[in-house]
Amino acid sequence: MNFAASPVLALRLPLWRSRLLLALIAAGFLLLACRAVYLQGWNTDFLQQKGESRYNRVLEISANRGKITDRRGEALAISTPVKSVWAIPEEVQFSSQQRAKLAALLEMPPTEIDKRLNESTSFTYLKRQIPPEVAERVSELRIPGLFQNREYRRYYPGGEVMAHVLGFTGADDAGQEGIELAFNSTLAGKSGSRRVIKDRLGQIVEDLESIRAAQNGRELALALDAKLQNLAFSQLKLAVDGNRAKAGAIVVLDAKTGEVLALANLPTYNPNNRSRLSGAQLRNRVITDTFEPGSTLKPFTVAAAMELGKVTPETMVATAAGSLSIGKATIHDAHRFGDMSVTQVIQRSSNVGAAKIALGLPADAMWRMFDQAGFGSAPRLGFPGEASGKLRPYKSWRPIEQATMAYGHGISVSLLQLARAYTIFARDGELMPLSLVRVDAPLTGKQVVSAATARKLRDMLELAVAPGGTAPRARVMGYRVAGKTGTAHKEENGGYAAHKYVSSFVGLAPASDPRLVIAVMLDEPSAGQYYGGAVAAPVFAAVMGGALRMLGVPPDAPLKPLELPPDGSEIKEGV
Amino acid sequence: MARLNLMLLLLLTACALALVTSQHQARKLFNELEQEQERAKQLEVEWGQLQLEQSTWALHARVEKIARDRLRMSVPDAKRTQVVMPAEPLTEMMR
Repeated sequence: MNFAASPVLALRLPLWRSRLLLALIAAGFLLLACRAVYLQGWNTDFLQQKGESRYNRVLEISANRGKITDRRGEALAISTPVKSVWAIPEEVQFSSQQRAKLAALLEMPPTEIDKRLNESTSFTYLKRQIPPEVAERVSELRIPGLFQNREYRRYYPGGEVMAHVLGFTGADDAGQEGIELAFNSTLAGKSGSRRVIKDRLGQIVEDLESIRAAQNGRELALALDAKLQNLAFSQLKLAVDGNRAKAGAIVVLDAKTGEVLALANLPTYNPNNRSRLSGAQLRNRVITDTFEPGSTLKPFTVAAAMELGKVTPETMVATAAGSLSIGKATIHDAHRFGDMSVTQVIQRSSNVGAAKIALGLPADAMWRMFDQAGFGSAPRLGFPGEASGKLRPYKSWRPIEQATMAYGHGISVSLLQLARAYTIFARDGELMPLSLVRVDAPLTGKQVVSAATARKLRDMLELAVAPGGTAPRARVMGYRVAGKTGTAHKEENGGYAAHKYVSSFVGLAPASDPRLVIAVMLDEPSAGQYYGGAVAAPVFAAVMGGALRMLGVPPDAPLKPLELPPDGSEIKEGV
Repeated sequence: MARLNLMLLLLLTACALALVTSQHQARKLFNELEQEQERAKQLEVEWGQLQLEQSTWALHARVEKIARDRLRMSVPDAKRTQVVMPAEPLTEMMR
């Protein structure tokens, strides 16, 4: 049949039908156009943002905390990434087999996992800071609702040996103690972020912009010598154990540069495992604790007197009775020495002698000597909690106080202050500023006493460790040593405890050209001996001998075996 | 006129395709760079861990213990020590 002849064509349809259709189509187009205008015009920002968020990602760029090394570059503290496993408990689904595997990997009982998951519905840590390999195997279990994030953990390979100097960081990698706290701003890195385009496989295909550049923490080289530190620590430990002391501390200074080469305290702790820490373990006795130093302060009294021209090393001091009464108080010596020279006052550590010398001095001169030696003011190392000690203004001194201060009572210092003050005798009268970080350009000291006085004092201190002095056990084979013992009653409840002592020794070597200053302190030695010459001096000798050998300092004395006096026979100092 | 238009059209198509290819290449290379940088970061982490391991093995206390116990080493005493001074004492001795 021919199409043109189709009867349908002959039908006359009403005109409104075609008009209606046209209108409907037009309306449809209008609707589309409106929608398009709405999307493109009004909503475009929102939609583009949505689109971008499908491929556009802001990535965090993590920054490392800087390493801490010793003066030779040996690593003392390193941050390394670890993983923390956390869960959204509502979404966690696992078979009992998976649960057992997870428990084994996290090294915790399965019931503990259940307990953690029941603590909250939205977020809970299962275990923090696990090694990346373990984290990898946890993620292989493919448990829904279990996630991991990256954290940093700080490791201290030196452990308890370095604990007090380095300190430690908290869970958020910020310094909490010691160097970690003092130099936190240098060590801490600043994490950055950047915007990138990722494809559907999650690979980065384009870098859009860097929002903030990441800044890694800077590496910090300490003045500490790891080898020397280890020697100092192990010798101190031997002495503290051997003398059943409550605590002990040692500090080794480089007299040439003012650097702190070693600093150790006992009791100590392991910074890698800090559960069950007590305050006593955390205390850095060298820097933050003060004590009454005792006789180690006598050389400063004598130096003050010599600077004023009141005495010379040969001036005779009458200590005949071995005791001296000032008002109601009486000062005693351990022995009756009779008349002796100023040199002998130092050598035999006579309290009466030192007190008599002090009483011949104006109070302000003595105060100025102590003040300039750094007592009563913090050593400004930048270390948290540095003690400044107690040195009262001279205007309030009574004669008895001036007399007792001459031999180191009624004044308190930290071991670090004491060691630093001895740089005056090691450096011909110059007091050195100290540094915990490696010093590349030598620092300059402050002249406190004349070079002549300092040298004379050094000679006296050398006699104190010679046979006939208070500390023959401080001698070191092959080197001339100079030093001074200190033994003091401990202060307790406002008075002095009868049978509790603090024994100390401060010395320098080689005496011909001093390189090291070492100060040792033992708190409450209770194995019988308590004199500084018997308890602290042997530690000094062992550390000094080893340190000079390690540093390759040429000997300045003949290498003859030392003859040590039998136990307890050395000259006792006044306490 | 028609021929010129055709030529321009072809040129435009070619340029467009080249743009697509080079964009693809750039992304591929960038991806590679990204991966290498990631690897560098991981190696750095590994280096840190190795340093840690090294300092743990090289702990002075451990070295000393091995030297003393296993290798039976000790610091020589005075009788077995001789000090040789550089320069001056030597020339004196030769005289």
